[in-house]
Amino acid sequence: MKKIIFAFSKKLLASVQDLAPVFLVIAFFQLLVLQQSIPDFGNIILGTVFVLLGLTLFVYGLNLGLFPIGEALAFAFVKKGSLIWLLIFAFALGFGTTIAEPALIAVANEAGSVARLGGIIQTDSQLLIYTQMLRYTVATSVGIAVLIGVLRIIKGWSLTHLIIGGYILVIIATIFAPENIIGIAYDSGGVTTSTITVPLITALGVGLSSSIRGRSPMVDGFGMIAIASLFPIVAVMIFGILW
Amino acid sequence: MVELLQPFIDMFVDVAPIVLVLFGFQMLVLRQKIPHLKRVIIGFILVWIGLTFFIVGLEKALFPLGKIMATQLTSPAFIGNNVGWGGYYWVYIFAFTIGFSTAIAEPSLLAVAIKANQVSGGWIKIWSLRIAVALGVAIGIALGSFRIISGVPIHYFIISGYIIVLMQTYFAPKEIIALAYDSGGVATSTVTVPLITALGLGLASTIDGRSTLIDGFGLIAFASLFPIISVLAYAQIANYINRRGKDAL
Repeated sequence: MKKIIFAFSKKLLASVQDLAPVFLVIAFFQLLVLQQSIPDFGNIILGTVFVLLGLTLFVYGLNLGLFPIGEALAFAFVKKGSLIWLLIFAFALGFGTTIAEPALIAVANEAGSVARLGGIIQTDSQLLIYTQMLRYTVATSVGIAVLIGVLRIIKGWSLTHLIIGGYILVIIATIFAPENIIGIAYDSGGVTTSTITVPLITALGVGLSSSIRGRSPMVDGFGMIAIASLFPIVAVMIFGILW
Repeated sequence: MVELLQPFIDMFVDVAPIVLVLFGFQMLVLRQKIPHLKRVIIGFILVWIGLTFFIVGLEKALFPLGKIMATQLTSPAFIGNNVGWGGYYWVYIFAFTIGFSTAIAEPSLLAVAIKANQVSGGWIKIWSLRIAVALGVAIGIALGSFRIISGVPIHYFIISGYIIVLMQTYFAPKEIIALAYDSGGVATSTVTVPLITALGLGLASTIDGRSTLIDGFGLIAFASLFPIISVLAYAQIANYINRRGKDAL
């Protein structure tokens, strides 16, 4: 018990460190530049405690359960040697981690309420469908991106060519997408690759490139995140065209 | 307390897919028992509880905070009436500082920087790379705020950014390209994303003539594109200095 409390407080301290720069900057601006009071200060303090506690528990739990299994699975599938199963796993991993990504949940909710204000959706039930569909669109596209990232490492495709292709797709999609989805679409790329997705996808990439002869984990292991942050942009714009 | 119960149920639905994926593949495809099952289950429960608290706290603290900062920094009482886009300089300074400080403190960026140092055989310095990424994020968010205030369509910036990245890719040392592309996604963390999103939405809703739906989003896109540019630029400079140093010997 003592050991758990010690480990937990160490993690809590790490979360405080993550949040510290944000609060230092805001405090600096509040006290020296704006010199105004913050409305509803009590609620913000309570919320901050929730964020700290939540983030700590979340990361602690990830290290306890999700990361060890995820990494072990990634290595096991690489060793298994069946391409079909490896690709299915790659897709499922990208999809599953993205659905649980906290930043995506937050931004999708925000996008939903803004769309409601903007009159794109009318009812509460539509709002729920909109946010859920948005997240499933992003998750599916990250799944496809991880699958393509795995294929790239196996076949030795050039990352630069893939990225150029992705950029061209983004530009084409931008031409056809409604104006109100473009900002959300561009944002969804950076939003998806966060706390859960990055470590697990990186583990898959590094594991794969270190097991294939002629691939270097340092050079070929990277690039997965880049593909995973490009595909959602195109997918969300297609979602915007279809909605 | 009732306020907390619904999010708990919602979050269960959010965590379920990843649990299904991992357990499903482990048991049905690999046909292996899960090692340390008890620990793993406790881990998933902690992830579930933690995620719930985080999302509730986000709605209570980070989103309001970002919007309050946007409102106060743009209020006429603070900057005066009828200023042009240049009058909003405190917004740009705030955007720059918050971008720089959060990126510098980002743990996953540190991990990437250490790997980059190893890949390059030492010519990429850990601290220089972190500063390059942080500068990229800071300039990105500041420029993104300028875009919201001035109302220039976002795709002009993003597409120009893509073109710059492609030109840089042509000249940059090969080993660094994949890493630079990745650094864009890595620099924006779970804490930064909601705060910056709220800042953008707050700016778009307080400035006359801007729509939150069209102009409010996009800051994260800037924060993930500009580090790619700054890291590629840093790699070129560091590579050049490295080579010149060798020639001198």
